[in-house]
Amino acid sequence: MKDKLFVGLSAAAMLVILAMLAVILGNIFWFGKDMLSWEFISAKPTMGMTEGGIFPAIFGTVALVFLMTIAVMPAGVLTAIYLEEYARADSKMVKIVQQAVANLAGVPSIVFGLFGLGFFVNFVGRGVDGFFFGGELYYGQPAIIWAAATLALLTLPVVIVTTSEALRAVPREIKEGGLALGATRLQNLRRIIVPSALPGILTGVILAVSRGAGEVAPIMFTGAAYFLPYLPTKPNDQFMELGYHVYVMATQSPDVEATKPILYSTVFVLLALTFLLNLLAIYLRARLRKRFAEGR
Amino acid sequence: MGKKKLVERGVELLVYLSSWVSILGIVFLFIFIGKEAFPLLTDPRMKEEVQFSQLWSTIWQPVSDHPKFGLVPLFIGTLKASFVAMLFATPLAILAAIFTSEFAPPRLGRAIKPVVELLAGIPSVVLGFFALVVLATWVQELFGFTMRLNATAAGIALGLAVLPIIYTVTEDALATVPKAFREASLSLGATPWQTAFKVVLPAALPGIFAALVLGFGRAVGETMIVLMASGNASIVSASLGDSIRTLSATIAAELAEVVFGDGHYRLLFGLGVLLFSFTFVLNLVGSWYIQRVKKRLLGAA
Repeated sequence: MKDKLFVGLSAAAMLVILAMLAVILGNIFWFGKDMLSWEFISAKPTMGMTEGGIFPAIFGTVALVFLMTIAVMPAGVLTAIYLEEYARADSKMVKIVQQAVANLAGVPSIVFGLFGLGFFVNFVGRGVDGFFFGGELYYGQPAIIWAAATLALLTLPVVIVTTSEALRAVPREIKEGGLALGATRLQNLRRIIVPSALPGILTGVILAVSRGAGEVAPIMFTGAAYFLPYLPTKPNDQFMELGYHVYVMATQSPDVEATKPILYSTVFVLLALTFLLNLLAIYLRARLRKRFAEGR
Repeated sequence: MGKKKLVERGVELLVYLSSWVSILGIVFLFIFIGKEAFPLLTDPRMKEEVQFSQLWSTIWQPVSDHPKFGLVPLFIGTLKASFVAMLFATPLAILAAIFTSEFAPPRLGRAIKPVVELLAGIPSVVLGFFALVVLATWVQELFGFTMRLNATAAGIALGLAVLPIIYTVTEDALATVPKAFREASLSLGATPWQTAFKVVLPAALPGIFAALVLGFGRAVGETMIVLMASGNASIVSASLGDSIRTLSATIAAELAEVVFGDGHYRLLFGLGVLLFSFTFVLNLVGSWYIQRVKKRLLGAA
């Protein structure tokens, strides 16, 4: 009797979590769907952001995570290759890198924002200006490239951890088979290991993109803007971004009730973007696990 | 042949150097945030502007003719929000983790885990928005608070953000408990519930402690949710129905409007150093306990 009660209680806890998730998603879907249209996605905001669309914010978000991916993918994948394929598993360096990655993953996102301002904008940006532009202000100010660099550091652990997992999932026999046939380390890596782990590596990048697209605190001082009449075209332009747009409209709008429908639909678009990426990652990961499970 | 060997060595060097990015990242984080805050300790003009004795006072009023930099309300606000978040998330997350790993049929368990991952994938600005627009009203109606945005509303939304962490780490810890423990317990006549709570749970205890530490670290550092749903008023009180202003939200709300390089600017970076150091220590403690549970259980298996 007591037994059933406690098992039931733990099942109830699970149900409560699922219900909360359903309520949040349902609420945003229900109130967000009405405004959604092609025009909403493809037009600029008008009337002090109480009317019109969110195209600049979508464009800014995509440009931002694209730049971020260019930076984080090589660094993350190569680090994982070092950890899993080159370094000795018990070496001190591996332990230090793993601890650094674990700590990096736990740093609050607002701290990344401070770092982006203190390091990328104030130190690197001004350094570039002083060195190449005779001290004139080009890069020593918030810009999309600095926001992307900040997000790249924030998402680095995601790529490293997921790629490591993918490399580890490649069966030992496959790895050693290549070497036994006389392949060099690099050949084995390029022709055998990386292709087998590719879905897993892709998963890591997708998760990083999904995470990066949803973060607001790190980009607040490093490049995101309330409103811009133009799209970012140069690395030192500022940009609009979906999450930041939501924050601004929800807290600083002169007329909250008038912006509410737009706000809901913006949240809907942001959530759909991050969710679809997450679902894709979950699917790819499951497929990878299955593939190697069958091979054994 | 020589060229081929060169490429091999080159790649080896490249992957080695890449692994330094994470290490340098963590080191640079500390150096460059510290660098902006450092003049608070050394520059006499800064010391005049931000007096250290003042930091213990109870009024945070950085923008006025006589700015007051009392950190007490910010600490209290941060603790209140994290307290509510942990109170809300801990029982749900741990019970749900026990359900997934001990009681649910394996296929159901495998289906549930990605769903919780989806909860983790909701951007915090979306949770903040939901708390601001929907949850705050429910909380106010339920508890009858006078302020609509308060520690409870923000704390519950914050709880939704830390719940997946506590759940995942706890579930991982439970999964490392060897099957033999369970089989031994069941074969001695213990019921599934007794096995879960008296055998598996105690064995995984360091891992569950790690889950709480990591969850707390996330709660303390999380920004967008509290920035949007807590009211951001620096009030010193014990009531969970009052508005609060947390450390993280203070940085986010004020840094954009501050004069570059003045005392207020430096103090916000100082708060960043505090936040960073605190979560850093919590993370070290958390991963130490995770290592411990792994060593203890996998060593014994």
